[in-house]
Amino acid sequence: MNIAPRKRFGWSAPTSAVGRQQERLGWILVLPSLIVVFAVAIYPLFETFRLSFTNARLASTREVRNVGFENYRRLLEDDQWWTSLKNTLIFTVSSVSIEAILGMIIALTIHSQFRGRGLVRTSMLVPWAIPTVVSSMLWQWMLNDRYGVINSILVRLGFMDADRNFAWTANPSTALGALVAVDVWKTTPFMALLLLAGLQIIPSDVYEAAYVDGASKWQQFWQITLPLVKPALLVALVFRTMDAFRVFDLIFVLKQAATETMTVAIYTQQTLIQANRLGAGSAAAVVVFLCIGLMVLGYSRMISVEEG
Amino acid sequence: MATAESTIGQTRISEEELNRIRAAYQQKSSTNVISLLGRIGFVVLLLVIIVYTLFPFYWAVKSSLTPTNDLVKTPVTLWPERLTFDHYRTVFNDGGFVRALANSAIVSFSVVVLALLIGTLGAYALGRLKFRGKTIILYLILSMTMFPAIAILGSLFQMMKQFHAYNTLWGLVIVYLTFTLPFTVWVLTNFFRAMPEELEQAALVDGATPMRALREVLLPLAIPGMVTTALLAFISAWSEFLYARTFTLTDKAVTVQVAISQFTGNQQFEEPFGVRMAAAVVVTVPLLVGVLLVQRRIIAGLTAGAVKG
Repeated sequence: MNIAPRKRFGWSAPTSAVGRQQERLGWILVLPSLIVVFAVAIYPLFETFRLSFTNARLASTREVRNVGFENYRRLLEDDQWWTSLKNTLIFTVSSVSIEAILGMIIALTIHSQFRGRGLVRTSMLVPWAIPTVVSSMLWQWMLNDRYGVINSILVRLGFMDADRNFAWTANPSTALGALVAVDVWKTTPFMALLLLAGLQIIPSDVYEAAYVDGASKWQQFWQITLPLVKPALLVALVFRTMDAFRVFDLIFVLKQAATETMTVAIYTQQTLIQANRLGAGSAAAVVVFLCIGLMVLGYSRMISVEEG
Repeated sequence: MATAESTIGQTRISEEELNRIRAAYQQKSSTNVISLLGRIGFVVLLLVIIVYTLFPFYWAVKSSLTPTNDLVKTPVTLWPERLTFDHYRTVFNDGGFVRALANSAIVSFSVVVLALLIGTLGAYALGRLKFRGKTIILYLILSMTMFPAIAILGSLFQMMKQFHAYNTLWGLVIVYLTFTLPFTVWVLTNFFRAMPEELEQAALVDGATPMRALREVLLPLAIPGMVTTALLAFISAWSEFLYARTFTLTDKAVTVQVAISQFTGNQQFEEPFGVRMAAAVVVTVPLLVGVLLVQRRIIAGLTAGAVKG
């Protein structure tokens, strides 16, 4: 898939009648999509920016005043916000890096030829296809302190006393880690499939040559596989980082708005909807948007570098 | 997905020949004890991967079929000792849950149909026609596919209230276009662009209008791509939670994701583990069936974007 069009089309008007006709038709066909995107995404985004400078509240008849940067100032003074940001960063960095390593191991494993390979690839689609809400519920049950299968297995393997029912998700010190584990389970297969596609375009004669030259498997990985799979890896990393940074459902279903696992998305949703503070919540939304916008920018730069 | 062309020097060698070379190369590296151990390790690794990816869903199915008395028995058994369909009966007797299933189906189908209708036209224009502003529109659509929903939650809420769309299915359909439409346009644009240029050229030379060329030449060829795109869009709409949770309130519009996240079943005195798992399985099975049916295309579709960048 190319991100940029094959050739940049200049701004000079088309000269031929066919060209003019095509230009008109192009705009007519693309217009419905543009209208929808403007109405349900771009306009609301501008509204969010505008509201972030006001004291607007949801479901209130109070007069809306412009308050300048007041919402942003308060946001930066709110401990809850900083906790959310810290949680989000911990969640993002740990889940994405674990996913990358596990994903790479899985991709390398599946990349070799063996019988039943299709079956393994199919099984990888299962966690991806399960709705996030469902995977949260599923792991909540598996991690249940008294009847959960995880504790039961840990007891059987001798890692845990049978009478000590450890509540992974309820305990503030392990809750975030447990959530990272759920996210890793849900998205590692996706990461692995992306990496697998990257591995598959490496021609096998490169490895054959390396083998002839006497390179060990380990050397082959670091000097051939990794550099060649890097573009796919980078794209997968950025995608996953953006996704993890805005995490909401996975955590909300399991922990609602508990402080120890509150993320920036949950903070924003709570401020907006639960507390009705439309202005303050919009300021938080703008900050989240800008963070993700920066990542998107980095991503698109990476792609244009690829093309150049 | 791109296939690697194997060439040695400038001469292309046949596939069979290449396989012979590969076989010899692989044989060489698998003749001693170390490689036998390596093979065992490999099989173990594969098993671990399969168990890791599939066990949680197996556990949901198993729990959904296990009587509550057995569910709260310790130690936990990995296989069901007795089977029951009680949990599924409870789920389907719950009017609210059934209504939520219907709501989700209505919303997801409508949004996919709308996104395909609008998106195919736009994608055809962006993929096959030349017009000024195309580049900017493409970048706009691409950035929209990565748009964080939380950024517009508040202003959408206000708009929903204004247009009396709060707690309605049609309101949810329109909101869901924020993520399904850009995705559809983006994927289909690339799909159209990948088709050889001669395709509609012949039709155009014969005097057909571009619209006729789209209808009669390109669309039939685009159907596989559209089916996959539709399925992916359906999955994202069916699984959506943040908007559904924020913009719906009562049975009238609550979707199945919101319903199961608050599922308590009918039992009042015990935690409804089995019922919750039954509900989870019911919500997931349609997606799994769809995914398994078109899995090849999904893997190709998911990965195409990431590889060539």
